[in-house]
Amino acid sequence: MRLRGLMETAIYHGARLGTEAIRGGVPAKSRTSGASSASSGATAPNAPSEPHRLGPAQSADVFDMRPTEEQALIRDTMRRFAQEILRPAARAADDAASAPPEVLAQAHALGLVGLAVPEALGGVATARSAMTGALIVEDLSWGDMGLAAAILAPLAFIQAIVMWGSADQQARYLPTFLGDRFTPAALALLEPQPLFDPMRPRASAVRSHDGGWELWGEKALVPLASTAEWFAVAANVLGKGARLFIVERGLRGLTIEPETAMGLRAAALGRVRLKGVRVAEDALLGSDAPEEGFDLGDIVDRARVAWGAMAVGSAQAVLDYVVPYTNARVAFGEPISNRQAVAFMIADIAIELEGMRLLVHRAAGRLDRGERVVRQAALARLQCSSKAMKIGSDGVQLLGGHGFIKEHPVERWYRDLRAVGVLEGALLV
Amino acid sequence: MIHLEIPKRLRPFVAQAHALAENCLRPIARKYDLAEHEYPVELDILGSLLDGVSAGGGSATASRLRSEEPTPGGDGTTQKTDPARNGRNLVAVLGMMELCWGDVGLALTIPRQGLGNAALSAVGTPEQRERFGKRWIAMAITEPNAGSDSAGIRTSARLEGDEWVISGEKIFVTAGERADAVVVWATLDASLGRAAIKSFLVPKGTPGMRVVRLDHKLGIRASDTATIVFDNCRVPKDNILGSPEVNVSKSFAGVMKTFDNTRPIIAAMACGVARAAIERTKQILERVPGWTADMRSPWLGLHAQAELATLEAELEAARLLTLKAAWMADNRLPNSLEASMAKAKAGRMVTDVTLRCVELCGACGYAETELLEKWARDAKILDIFEGTQQIQMLVVARRILGKSSAELR
Repeated sequence: MRLRGLMETAIYHGARLGTEAIRGGVPAKSRTSGASSASSGATAPNAPSEPHRLGPAQSADVFDMRPTEEQALIRDTMRRFAQEILRPAARAADDAASAPPEVLAQAHALGLVGLAVPEALGGVATARSAMTGALIVEDLSWGDMGLAAAILAPLAFIQAIVMWGSADQQARYLPTFLGDRFTPAALALLEPQPLFDPMRPRASAVRSHDGGWELWGEKALVPLASTAEWFAVAANVLGKGARLFIVERGLRGLTIEPETAMGLRAAALGRVRLKGVRVAEDALLGSDAPEEGFDLGDIVDRARVAWGAMAVGSAQAVLDYVVPYTNARVAFGEPISNRQAVAFMIADIAIELEGMRLLVHRAAGRLDRGERVVRQAALARLQCSSKAMKIGSDGVQLLGGHGFIKEHPVERWYRDLRAVGVLEGALLV
Repeated sequence: MIHLEIPKRLRPFVAQAHALAENCLRPIARKYDLAEHEYPVELDILGSLLDGVSAGGGSATASRLRSEEPTPGGDGTTQKTDPARNGRNLVAVLGMMELCWGDVGLALTIPRQGLGNAALSAVGTPEQRERFGKRWIAMAITEPNAGSDSAGIRTSARLEGDEWVISGEKIFVTAGERADAVVVWATLDASLGRAAIKSFLVPKGTPGMRVVRLDHKLGIRASDTATIVFDNCRVPKDNILGSPEVNVSKSFAGVMKTFDNTRPIIAAMACGVARAAIERTKQILERVPGWTADMRSPWLGLHAQAELATLEAELEAARLLTLKAAWMADNRLPNSLEASMAKAKAGRMVTDVTLRCVELCGACGYAETELLEKWARDAKILDIFEGTQQIQMLVVARRILGKSSAELR
């Protein structure tokens, strides 16, 4: 599909620099390699000793509702992609519980990886852009939430590396994603136990007797689990709290099996079990030093904002679907949308949707300015998980019996929207 | 760039409004809730303060809102490269949130800050604004048989020589007793429907105009609510607001336009009251064992804490919708849909929040020792006046579905 200015630039830079980095000597991880006891990789020549971070966005101190021109361009592309590529593929992907490789390839060609990676590392990002991320997530989710989760999952892994990775880790992992193929990866926080607190994972990391770490635990509903080349796994380090560890697929002790769920089926969710998985010292994301201040909370908050944006996009899809449907559906001699019960249900959808959207945007804006967001992210999640689910439910209700049948997408949106309020991690803005 | 924080330059103003609310309104809130219909003399100073603010070009309340302000470079569109305007509407909404955090009943009875003042600002001629601008003006629309259906009013106005002669009965007139003048909606010809409805400035003391009753209410008891009877009440020809010609597209719409700007103000009132209730509830419940400040996952803690977080999320949604509607007005974007969304959301939110806060606080929520029960009583009207929840929903639904009022009733 035709791509516009910024995206073309992103792709060009990404492809060019990514290719250079790859040729510069970082070995691509083999997908078919046998189990190895510890992951390791040569660092790129002349790798910097300091990691590259993205600084906060500059925004005028004015209350404003308008996206930037750049964001408007990006949205335009995302919306067309969602309409032309994601929507037509959604039903089959849901039935098959996997995303078609050609959709993932086309998504990769949009250049989203470039938007997440700093210029100095081969991408095009010059500042933190949770707001742009939220807009992208919303638009892709409008197309299909399951496919959006599949497309966005590796970006969460990438963002974790950009935000918290050491210089070595950035040099080692990012170039692969900047290459010319979609590289699956996932950020695994969620665990199967009920009333899960993402800040207190049961998964644990203990030091190996011969250096490195041993990882134990279980992660649930991990997107792209069966194909991911790397996972960033949240595990508790005694005395240090929850940290992220980079785990390569194929390691001994790592078992992955499909975990199909109520929705998000196109994201090919899986259960990831770690039984004494041995990883190198430098699999710990970021520095081991306490001064670095790794905060899993920041990851948790960003993921909540991302899931809020997913909720907004899918809820918007519901609204966009039920308006023409109820205007056309005749009962008792007139369109059912002439009746208050129906019309008010739709008005409610519109009101709560806009409220959700504003909550998500406020939290995203605060993230970009480096302001505290714990409360806003929690409120966004609360609001989105309840309102979006009601919207999903009303979407089915408004179509009556037809809403219950897979011929219409509302039943899938009902199933997908329940993920909001369940998933932790997996996506980031 | 999307930025949903209050700009620094407005924070001193918000702080001032908050200080007013805390120091002038809160201390007398219970007093005038108990002494309904006693004139709150303490507010005269506040009235003078706001007169000064208005004269200086600032605005804290509805009376200075205008929907048709010329803008610099004024072709009416907001250039993409221009910074967004944070103007009178946003300021008014922010101010009202603070005042009603203080006390919504008292906020409704600040001298010379009436709904009639807003109408005068919106559609009055310069001469009328000169003549009436310094008075406290109430608005009289509702009748015993016409509330939501404001086009169904039967108060009549007929032209006799140089005077309009007005006859009818108006109820639910906020500040009807205390105000110096009233804007009265009347029809020139009942058979012509909304096109024939005009508004008239009637000063207090005009023969034929009589306040016949003050209502006893569930809440906002500090605000007087009056029934006014007009019996061949005569006012000068120039007292008609706007054009005397019957014009289908302009007349009714002219004063209705006022409501595009006042709906966000009502929504702001609701947000202020709700915030007061949530804050006080937090203060009371914080002492309970097991309460954890600032939880990342409140649903994992005490049920009451999870509940309060849910209420806070609802308030935040209403608050942002309100700010959005005001922002659109400042930036000359048609905001009728957003204004109705804001009022619909805030109106139902504040009733739910204040009632739940009473419940969460148990005995001290229900007793008169705290203001919580009063806020729950005050809240209810905010979902009713200036367009009920159901009317707001009709406005929103018609817009979203593309329906006329004939199609979706």
